[in-house]
Amino acid sequence: MSHDHDHHHHHDHDHSELSETELRVRALETILTEKGYVEPAALDAIIQVYETKIGPHNGARVVAKAWTDPTFRKALLEDGSKAIGTLGHVSRVGDHLVVVENTPQRHNMVVCTLCSCYPWEMLGLPPVWYKASPYRSRAVKDPRGVLADFDVTLPKDMEIRVWDSTAETRFLVLPMRPEGTEGWSEEQLAELVTRDSMIGTGFPRKPGAPS
Amino acid sequence: MNGVHDMGGMDGFGKVEPEPNEPMFHADWEARVLAMVRAMGAAGAYNIDTSRFYRETLPPHVYLSSSYYKKWFLGLEEMLIEKGYLTREEVAAGHAMQPAKALKHGKFDLANVERVMVRGKFARPAPAPAKFKIGDRVRAKNIHPATHTRLPRYVRGHVGIVELNHGCHVFPDSAAMELGENPQWLYTVVFEGSDLWGADGDPTSKVSIDAFEPYLDPA
Repeated sequence: MSHDHDHHHHHDHDHSELSETELRVRALETILTEKGYVEPAALDAIIQVYETKIGPHNGARVVAKAWTDPTFRKALLEDGSKAIGTLGHVSRVGDHLVVVENTPQRHNMVVCTLCSCYPWEMLGLPPVWYKASPYRSRAVKDPRGVLADFDVTLPKDMEIRVWDSTAETRFLVLPMRPEGTEGWSEEQLAELVTRDSMIGTGFPRKPGAPS
Repeated sequence: MNGVHDMGGMDGFGKVEPEPNEPMFHADWEARVLAMVRAMGAAGAYNIDTSRFYRETLPPHVYLSSSYYKKWFLGLEEMLIEKGYLTREEVAAGHAMQPAKALKHGKFDLANVERVMVRGKFARPAPAPAKFKIGDRVRAKNIHPATHTRLPRYVRGHVGIVELNHGCHVFPDSAAMELGENPQWLYTVVFEGSDLWGADGDPTSKVSIDAFEPYLDPA
């Protein structure tokens, strides 16, 4: 058996495994539809909302507002869901969203060791790494090691606080406002706020850095 | 249950590997699975904690080797079979062969889409006053239920401080087993990294969990 043949065979095998899942998912949807449990158009509509309405832009606007409006910032830290609910322009927020603030003394990082709890109405659906074993296993034991995987280094004596989302509470990190942004508008500031900076595995972009 | 899903503190899984410009879904079927899980839950086939428990009870080698949405799919299919919404014969045939079972909230149609796009409400009126107040020292109980729980292994037996009180919430340990909502007080409890991991931990780290009152003893 030539090496090429081996390779080809292996490739086919991978491909057919993928197809098997696809076929099984299709079969399940067919059964649910035929039994009158779900309307396929309603499934399409759910997916469309995820694809078009939710995403980290919602969280970024909340962060930018907190950076420019001290009254809002205070309300946000006291009751995240309530404060965000007063903003008309972001997606509907669920209950018990807790916003935790980074300071020069403390860095916050969010994980769900048991599964994948995530403030999706603020950040969109979680990335694969957030739901995968390496992050879930190490974030609580070796948070600085995890941050190193993101090329993030904290000062040695800075406290690092890890929030394990084990219930129906959700956590959003309010990162520190980058220096050199005095006088910037909310819209300009929102452009600097990355998804990872609101999970606690990154920082906001610096002014002038590519987006 | 002491399953492989309870990963906090395990070693050997390697580096975190963020994917640049990651797409929302890596295949169309992932989106269909997500939508079906949301839809059938909203139609009343199961509650969110039961669906989590079905994913946790996948055999460990399946759990660890399946992608996220594959786990969702496998959990969904098994749960719908066990709850009588479909049969193994139907799954094998890929078509409906038996009459439908009535759904608590009826067919999931377009009119229902908006209500699944906000997280569910889990706060409930308090059946009793809270046992703990902010600042109290508490010990996470050394319990090992074989059923669904939100008390991760890595904090069991350790002492922490109550930092936040979130009010009374549906108790997932009961809801997952369909034993009712059994609302319980929910607290953020914070532990010192060096208490959890000893000399192998990071002395500058603190780790919190959200702990239901039945998980905690005064310390």
